Amino acid sequence: MATPKEMLTDWDKVQFGAVLPAFEDPEHKKRSKFHSYNYSVADWRVEKPVFNRELCIDCDFCWVSCPDSCFIVEEVVTKRGKKQAKIVGINYNLCKGCGVCVEVCPTPIKSLLMFPEYVDNEEALKQWPKKDK
Amino acid sequence: MALKYELKQKEVWDGNMAAAHALRQAQVDVVAAYPITPSTPIVQNYAQFLADGYVDGEFVMVESEHSAMSACVGAAAAGGRVATATSSQGYALMVEVLYQASGMRLPIVMTVVNRALASPLNIHGDHSDLYLGRDAGWIHLIANNPQEAYDMTLCAFKIGEDERVRLPVTTNQDGFLVSHTAQVVKPLDDDTAYKFIGEYKPKYPMLDTKNPVTYGAQTEEEWHFEHKANQHKALMDSPAVIKEVFDEFEKVSGRKYNLVETYKLDDADVALVLMGSAYETAMLAVDKAREEGIKVGLLMPRVFRPFPYNEVAQKLKNVKAIAALDRSMPMGTTGALYNEVAGALAANGQSAIMTNYIYGLGGRDTTVEHILEVIRETEKNAKAGKRVTDLQGFINLRGPKLSFN
Repeated sequence: MATPKEMLTDWDKVQFGAVLPAFEDPEHKKRSKFHSYNYSVADWRVEKPVFNRELCIDCDFCWVSCPDSCFIVEEVVTKRGKKQAKIVGINYNLCKGCGVCVEVCPTPIKSLLMFPEYVDNEEALKQWPKKDK
Repeated sequence: MALKYELKQKEVWDGNMAAAHALRQAQVDVVAAYPITPSTPIVQNYAQFLADGYVDGEFVMVESEHSAMSACVGAAAAGGRVATATSSQGYALMVEVLYQASGMRLPIVMTVVNRALASPLNIHGDHSDLYLGRDAGWIHLIANNPQEAYDMTLCAFKIGEDERVRLPVTTNQDGFLVSHTAQVVKPLDDDTAYKFIGEYKPKYPMLDTKNPVTYGAQTEEEWHFEHKANQHKALMDSPAVIKEVFDEFEKVSGRKYNLVETYKLDDADVALVLMGSAYETAMLAVDKAREEGIKVGLLMPRVFRPFPYNEVAQKLKNVKAIAALDRSMPMGTTGALYNEVAGALAANGQSAIMTNYIYGLGGRDTTVEHILEVIRETEKNAKAGKRVTDLQGFINLRGPKLSFN
């Protein structure tokens, strides 16, 4: 995990005993600069999840399960006038490629699949498995 | 409130009882231990004090020494004054957690009764376990008799818990030779002892729920080096605090301790460097050798870590020949004390002739006569102006002469 340069402290200024405060202010959940929220783990990724909007049923399992809050969600209004969360994509700046989303995706043909990092997303969608006829 | 223990001005205690009383007087919050010979009576006596109402604290029985030290780490991180005791195999099982304790800067005090490491199994005293924990980031204090075992244990709390140090400390005494040898000990009364150590001041206690903290963080290549350097600096700077504590202890007890102890070294041509109970045997040997006309003195690092290398070199400045006596088999090299002293001399541009002796393994007797022999051999080197004896010798070993050059 690459630590942003401005966060690196010198040997004489490191946290005593590597004891880390969880939050600077627990009341307001203000995150300390060492909190994992402030790190990007995207450079860990060797395989990426690709999202297929055509097959998605908006169950939000992936959104709930993702440890890095990668799923981009839009609020939409259904035909019946009900508000609903619609998954529209993946933020690859946050995704570490763990594959949990693919694991939990319930559609008969997965709407999320892992592809090698170098495969273009549009190319990946073309390679998507088809229903047996 | 804990009951006061009525102590006489002079008590007859063995090293274990002395250490147990020091733990009692420190009013330790948590002792987690897995008793092992020869340090069992420390834990046993402490538990008795607790059961009899002389201590306000917790005694945690665990299923192994690894758990004992782990429980100590937990209790210390929670914000309590913590102590334990162990020996030999138990110490070896603790080693993994010893590094955790020092890395998390938890001032745990461990009263170690030094014993040989198996195999073959042996319950008697040597310094194998002390040397095993050498690089664990703890401060190691050496006691040569029950009085010192008591004094060092009291000092250990004050040293380790100092704001500028915050490191775990062991006090070491030789198995059976000190731990089970009853001698006259002059204890401090409970109030004086507790006042000397002082109230425990927790730092980042986990029980402070308003300020939650994480202990045991992971640091990879970007952080680990900096953290270890920070810890090393605390250890390297600790001699100043140790000296302060020893000075303060002199004021309350009248007993003076130094980073480096010496005996008749001022005018000596020949010096022996050793630590533990054999130091006192060597004192008698020195007196006898001086009757023979050999100018010999003794040196002992009271503090094995941080090793007081500059002080050692300074004290050995005018000595011609030195024998370093190690009570542990170095297994493939020269003994640790030899290496430390040789390094200290080299760093200061000194070049006394040095030899190494291995002695007393597994509680093997080392008598005045044996040490006299070492003194005589070392004097040969001093007289010749170069090393004429073997580099590494073995004291009181059966069989054909064993030595290495």
